[in-house]
Order: sequence, then C-alpha cells, then structure tokens
Amino acid sequence: MTPFSYARANNAAEALQLGRGGAANYLGGGTNLVDLMRETIAKPDRLVDVTGLSDAITDTADDGLLIGAAVRNTALAEHPAVRTRYPMLSRAILAGASAQIRNMATVGGNLLQRTRCTYFYDTDGSRCNKRVPGSGCDAVGGFTRIHAVLGASPACVATHPSDMCVALAALDAVVHVEGAGGARTLSFGDLHRLPGDRPELDTVLEVGELITAIELPPLPFAASSTYRKVRDRASYAFALISVAAAIDVVDGEIRDVRLALGGVAHKPWRATTAEALLRGRPATEAAFRDAAIAELADARPLRDNGFKIELAKRTIVAVLGDLSGATA
Amino acid sequence: MPILVNGSAVALPNDPRVSLLDLLREGLHLSGTKKGCNQGACGACTVLVDGERILSCLALAVQYEGRSVTTIEGLSDGDGLHPLQQAFIDHDGFQCGYCTPGQICSAIGMAAEAKRGVPSHVSADLSTDVRLTREELQERMSGNLCRCGAHNGIIDAIRDTVAAELAA
Ligand SMILES: Cc1cc2nc3c(=O)[nH]c(=O)nc-3n(C[C@H](O)[C@H](O)[C@H](O)COP(=O)(O)OP(=O)(O)OC[C@H]3O[C@@H](n4cnc5c(N)ncnc54)[C@H](O)[C@@H]3O)c2cc1C
Ligand code: SF4
Ligand code: FES
Ligand code: FES
Repeated sequence: MTPFSYARANNAAEALQLGRGGAANYLGGGTNLVDLMRETIAKPDRLVDVTGLSDAITDTADDGLLIGAAVRNTALAEHPAVRTRYPMLSRAILAGASAQIRNMATVGGNLLQRTRCTYFYDTDGSRCNKRVPGSGCDAVGGFTRIHAVLGASPACVATHPSDMCVALAALDAVVHVEGAGGARTLSFGDLHRLPGDRPELDTVLEVGELITAIELPPLPFAASSTYRKVRDRASYAFALISVAAAIDVVDGEIRDVRLALGGVAHKPWRATTAEALLRGRPATEAAFRDAAIAELADARPLRDNGFKIELAKRTIVAVLGDLSGATA
Repeated sequence: MPILVNGSAVALPNDPRVSLLDLLREGLHLSGTKKGCNQGACGACTVLVDGERILSCLALAVQYEGRSVTTIEGLSDGDGLHPLQQAFIDHDGFQCGYCTPGQICSAIGMAAEAKRGVPSHVSADLSTDVRLTREELQERMSGNLCRCGAHNGIIDAIRDTVAAELAA
C-alpha cells in the first residue's frame, strides 16, 4: 500500500471539507477499498472515514424510506420496514458476500464497489482500460465466464458486482449526493455508466462527490418482491446472473412490474423493455418468456459467457412465475 | 482513544496502513487470529468487534478507535475452554486448526445475529423468527472456509452449544 493519511468525518460537511483536493478517497467499511489499495489499484494519499455519516433508516413523508450512507449492509437487510415493504432488497443484500463482510460494508461503499474482472485485479500480468486508461483490455479474447452480455463496449466488458444495487435499480431508488457545487439527487439508473470509451469511470459522480443517502420511493406491490441469484456455488460467490422482481397482478392481468438484472452488464440492468411488454398482459409463462426474449434481444456473447443469455431468460421466467403464481 | 483488545487498552498504530489483523498478530503477538487470504475470501481472520463478527484483514486498525475487540484468546474466562472450543474438540471440528479461531469467533457472532432476528439467504420467510436448521447454519457460516473439510463437525459443535437455543 502506498502511504496515506487518515481522518474521520462526523457528518457530510466535514467529509466534503476533508475530502477536498489531492487524491482523497472516502472510506466506508473498507471491504473493497482496502483490498484495492493493497493491490495498488487504488492509491489515495488521504482517506476520509465516512462511517460517521448518518446510519439512520427513517420513513419519508410519502411512505418511502430514507437510508443513510453509513447504514451497514446487515442493518439494512434486517430492518423490519425493508423486510416487509421491500423484501427484494433484504434478499439481495443477504445473497451477497458473507455475514462478516455485510457487517462491515456500508450502503455508500456497496454502490461504489468496483468490478471483479480478474484482469482488472491482475496488476502484474494484464492490460486493463479500467485500471490504466488506454492500455487495452485483456478480457476481450480471454476467459470471460463472468463478463457482460449487455451494453459492453470494445474497451471494456466488465460487470458490476453488487447484488444490492440490482434491487435498488428495480425499486427506482434515488441517490442523494453532495459535492463542491452543493447537493443533488440522481435516479438510481443514472448513477452507474455503461463503459463506452471511458471504462475508467464507473459512475457519473464528480471527483470528491459524496453519497449521503439512498431514498426508496413507496411501492406497495414490492411487498411481495424477491431476488434470485445464480452462482457457481451456493453461497459466498458473486452472481453469474441475478434477477430482482416485483409484480402486481390483478385478475390475472399484469398491472405493474419491476425487473432488473445483475451479472449481465457494466451497471445494474433495469429491464425496461421487458417491463413495457408485460404491463397490461395476462400473467402467463408465455408472456414472461416473450418479455425475457425481448430484453435479451441485443445480448452479445463473448467466448465463455453465452450461457448467461439463456440463463437470464429462464431466471426471469421462473422468478415472475413464482411471484405471480402463474402456471404454463 | 485506544482500542480495547480482550479488555486491555491498546494504542492505535501510528501508520494508518496497519490492518487490525496485523495489529493483533504482529503488534500484540496475539497469533490466534489467522491470516489466510488477506483479501476477505476465507474468514480465518474473523474477530468480534463490540460483539459483531468482522474480517480483521480488511479492517484498518485506526478505524476501530474506542471499539472493543475480542479474539480467540479472549473467549475463555479463565484457564478452561469456552464451551464452543470444547465442542470443537468433541465433534472433530478441525484438523490442522488454521481456520478454527475464525470459525469460533464467527459462530459466536452468528448466534447473536440469529437471536436478534437477522434473516439469511436461505430463510424461507423474512417475517418470522429465526430457527437455526442445519441449512441455516451452513449458510450463516459460509464466510468461513475450512480447507481440511471439517465443516460437518464444525456445524455439529455449533448446534450443540451457541445455536442450541434456536435449534430446529
Ligand atoms: C470476498 C468478498 C466477496 C464479496 N461478495 C459479494 C457479493 O457476492 N455480492 C456483492 O454485492 N458484494 C460482494 N462483495 C463486495 C462488498 O459488498 C463490498 O466490498 C462492500 O459493499 C463495499 O462497502 P464498503 O463500505 O466496505 O466500501 P469501501 O471499501 O469502504 O468503499 C468502496 C468505494 O466506495 C467509496 N465510498 C464509500 N462510501 C462512500 C460515500 N458515502 N460516498 C462516496 N463514496 C463512498 C470508497 O471511496 C470506495 O471507492 C464481496 C467482497 C469480498 C471481499
Ligand atoms: S473488461 Fe474492463 S475491467 Fe476487465 S480487463 Fe477489460 S477493461 Fe479492465
Ligand atoms: S484472512 Fe481475512 S478473510 Fe482471509
Ligand atoms: S481445520 Fe484445517 S482449515 Fe479448517
């Protein structure tokens, strides 16, 4: 690790103050950043500990939830309001990492965790545009079992590794941030980027911008939502494919639906094409299948990950079927 | 403010790069806590901080100022073994022993989580109280790998002791 100084912020204003200038990084639980610093992929000269920011989970005026950036992943997953009103979020968090890591990890850090592309981590042996802009991408033409099938670019085919973020994408979460220019909000879908020709940028946040909270809008039908993760072993492994879904079926017809995919792209993938096709259709397996096929129509396999395309379709159909009780 | 380690006040390291794991092992010679992967993937470095299980390899020691850390060395209240340590012996919960301190600290943290009602990935219903079935224990302990493959004995030892109250 390259040397750095350490300072603790007790609130957002202090964090912004301490984070200004130089190569400062905010520090949450450290479960991703400490590892990246040890690998010399991240080389901050200053760490600003932001675990002293708000760790409160409070009801909003319109029956949504406001979640402080320093809320630990375990605390969010176990909160009664999340378990009953947004179970897909509890389930997504519980499907990720291990209990020890979830006890350390913060909401802010989970959002900004970096890809698990093995070439990104291989500082000695591999070229990576995300790590060293313009150096090339050894994943293309390499071993790509975990890589993207949607929205990738010739410059980068990495996936976003978070489970929690897939549920937040489906729930239309709002991200509260503060920076030198003041406070602003972003819709969750706008936070993470597709790689394009700037894969070094994971998100649209400005340098020094701080995540202060996540807001969940009310969504009554999310009370019967879920998250399903398909991976190479039953626990403690990143997703090959994951699906977060909520569906509102009235008299056999789909009134509304939320669907997002993990493990397929450089960002949590909100399945807007499938959602649009499903609204107003009967809740049948055939309808789910048609929507899944349409969502994956633009998917492009790499050498080793073609299986993800069919796996994503089948997982969508299975999850929507389970939630709606639909039969073939 | 210092860090409390097994009840004793310990000064923070001057270099913020020092992990809690290295502080324990190199600084305090508490070598019970093990370094397996040093990257969050094995659980051998698990310790309890204010009763919560965390990975000391990914923890910068400076972040834990004023907190109370318990390691395997701090579990027994005297010369005897903690009941879970004895159960590991009775159930052959180890071979080489490298993962054992992490497994034991992790199991104690796990039992506290279950008592508090924290659900797991395999809980069928998120709204009910936790029942620690074998499947639940396996999932909740999945952050601790045992390369000797003693997992069945480990789960038996946990079921007999810290998980007994919530067993199903
Ligand atoms: C072995 C292992 C397995 C894992 N498996 C999974 C898995 O299956 N699924 C999954 O989803 N995740 C998994 N993870 C990743 C884990 O979820 C993340 O490491 C964790 O969520 C990061 O949170 P943190 O608070 O520790 O972030 P940190 O490591 O502290 O920070 C991460 C990044 O966020 C920035 N940051 C932190 N807080 C803020 C803020 N408030 N504002 C702005 N920037 C901020 C930091 O500067 C840094 O760039 C795994 C991790 C490990 C080590
Ligand atoms: S896929 Fe992206 S992260 Fe992986 S090596 Fe290529 S540029 Fe780097
Ligand atoms: S040494 Fe900490 S998880 Fe392996
Ligand atoms: S006893 Fe050897 S690794 Fe578990």
